[in-house]
Amino acid sequence: MAIDLTYTSAQQAFRQQVRTWMAANVPREPLESLETPAGAAQHREWERTLASGNWGMVTWPKEYGGRGCDLIEWLIFEEEYYRAQAPGRLNQNGIFLLGPTLMEFGTPEQKARFLPRMAAGQDIWAQAWSEPQAGSDLAALKATAIRDGDHYVLSGHKIWASRAVYADWAFGMFRTDPVSERHRGISFVLFPLDQPGVRVRGIPQIHGDTGFAEIFLEDARVPVANRLGEEGQGWHIAMATAGFERGLMLRSPARFQATAAKLVELYHRHSAEADPALGAQVAQAWMNTEAYALNTYMTASRIMAGGSIGVETSLNKIFWSEMDLAMHRAAMSLLGARAELKHVSRNGGDGDNWLEGFMFSLAGPIYAGTNEIQRNMIAERLLGMPR
Amino acid sequence: MDFTFTEQQRMMAGACRELLDDICSPGATRLAAEGRSDAGAERWARLSEIGVPGMLAPEAAGGLGLTDVDLVLIAEQTGRAALPEPLMEHAGVAVPLLAEFAGSPRAAGWLERAATGEARIAVGPECNPFVLGADRADALLMQHGDEVHLLERDAVTLVPEPSIDTLRSLVCVEWSPSAATRLTDGDRGRSAWSRAFERGALYAAAQCAGLAERMVALSVAYASDRTQFGKLIGSYQALKHHLANVQVTLEFARPVIYAAAARVATAGGRTAAMVSHAKLAAGDAADLAARNAMQVHGAMGYSWEVDLHFYMKRAWALAGTWGDRSFHARRVQSLVLSGAVALGPDMTFSRAGI
Repeated sequence: MAIDLTYTSAQQAFRQQVRTWMAANVPREPLESLETPAGAAQHREWERTLASGNWGMVTWPKEYGGRGCDLIEWLIFEEEYYRAQAPGRLNQNGIFLLGPTLMEFGTPEQKARFLPRMAAGQDIWAQAWSEPQAGSDLAALKATAIRDGDHYVLSGHKIWASRAVYADWAFGMFRTDPVSERHRGISFVLFPLDQPGVRVRGIPQIHGDTGFAEIFLEDARVPVANRLGEEGQGWHIAMATAGFERGLMLRSPARFQATAAKLVELYHRHSAEADPALGAQVAQAWMNTEAYALNTYMTASRIMAGGSIGVETSLNKIFWSEMDLAMHRAAMSLLGARAELKHVSRNGGDGDNWLEGFMFSLAGPIYAGTNEIQRNMIAERLLGMPR
Repeated sequence: MDFTFTEQQRMMAGACRELLDDICSPGATRLAAEGRSDAGAERWARLSEIGVPGMLAPEAAGGLGLTDVDLVLIAEQTGRAALPEPLMEHAGVAVPLLAEFAGSPRAAGWLERAATGEARIAVGPECNPFVLGADRADALLMQHGDEVHLLERDAVTLVPEPSIDTLRSLVCVEWSPSAATRLTDGDRGRSAWSRAFERGALYAAAQCAGLAERMVALSVAYASDRTQFGKLIGSYQALKHHLANVQVTLEFARPVIYAAAARVATAGGRTAAMVSHAKLAAGDAADLAARNAMQVHGAMGYSWEVDLHFYMKRAWALAGTWGDRSFHARRVQSLVLSGAVALGPDMTFSRAGI
């Protein structure tokens, strides 16, 4: 038997170290929603606090502001992070999506320029991929980056850029070859949001807060040095990013396990009046989060043993998004007549913001590539069904 | 912390998969189901040659001295093949149960013959009203309350209980417990049956995963061959999504099955919760696979001439054995809601709990 599902003493010591730091530093009161100006400022402050403890992105090398942790240590860190009910990560697009992409495709200069500031919470990043006519069909994108000396001139209209209203930078996909079609002629370009020719307009979401935004680009100039990878290699790089996004890092199991534990508490408070069938839903929610955790540990172990992660990231994305939605639906059922109450209401949410979590979980099957697109990918690339 | 199988474990599972593709292909399964061939003895012999019956028996008893983590991968393969022989009841449940009574010369004798595959042992826990493969067994391990009884086949009366899965030979066993047949009782017997139950459910779960894999493969092959409206039906999203959904369910059942095997092997905490979770997750995967595979096959999936039904029926059969869905769901629910299982992000590998 080689499977060893116990932590080494070094791993246990690491857990203790994280736990101690979190206990001393996690804000006692929950922060405002990070999709409000006040909340975004609080979360930016939290990113800096994390960085002060050198916890900004533990898996990165020390030279880029990380701790050189392996994936098991990362999972332990995440477990302690969510066990301590630490705030959501304002910079998740930076650290979980662009970060690994930079690590793989960036030049040494680009890594040194962007990664430490990202880990330190100094630069918050947004993703500028989708366009009004390029959603699921991302390869239909039209925004251009036209070479002009040692600069690119960016033009076009990006949309659904999460947190762009509060971000400093964006990573986008642009046609460097304006007559190119589909997946060819696209380049991956990093650009500051606070510069001439860039206009960010927030899009209020169903809960009324403004989390994502449109980005209008009108002859915004960025140095050629801001291009990641080769000209025309953008699609390939973006697909690697999308893999990170759907795959291991964007949604760590710990976050869902913490929600499942809270759901059990909620059930206990309402078990007297709740439909007994909800007990089964609560137990199923716990099982799903455990299955997701076990699957992640298995994938992490495989990657550490030299393996890689491919189209199975699509399986992950479907599983966590549907699991999260089911958990929050169960919570809404348990809350009954109070489920509709906003967090600010005296009787709202039983102390937890289930309503906001429910609405956020509704986005899960849509962002990072809709679940329908993921199912197509599973069928075609994993099962080998005809296109 | 290392959640990977060894090269050797993967190789053994791969060898078993190839062997079963050879001796238990869908074509061979059809011949067996239609009573046109009886290659059962040959299959049992070939699987015995690679040591499967005695994988969990100690080396001193002629076994391989391996663990449930090794056998669980084999169980997946026997499920994928819808193997007619009750190999998992024998190798996964009866052999380790017998091995608990090495102090009894009678049990030790049967263990040695069971480990090589020379003798077949059937097992009759009270959770399963009918005993699988008792007609071809040489001896039976029967439950009577907390007591474990070992009987030779001649000492019992068998009444056939035909299953819709004609490859599963089920019987009702009529027998009388006696001091002479009893191996143990009391706490020792209760805990022995408890371990046997967890193993039975674990290996049923692993077989369900294999069955789901097979049903997806059959459906992909069919949908990649059949044309309607001038296109391969597998190019339509409605069918792609049916099979992708099965694949998601299956891939998130596997880690649970493997972790449950590790728990069973080390008698670690949370065994009951993990095994029930595994049985539910794998059972749901096989159930969805059967449902969606039939839909993808259309009317062909409802016909005897297409092989799908052999695997579907095995999935239906396994759903009700070693604890049905409602038993395992209630068990998890009670463990989780009673606090017997610690909750939270840092508790996945906790050694505490039932």
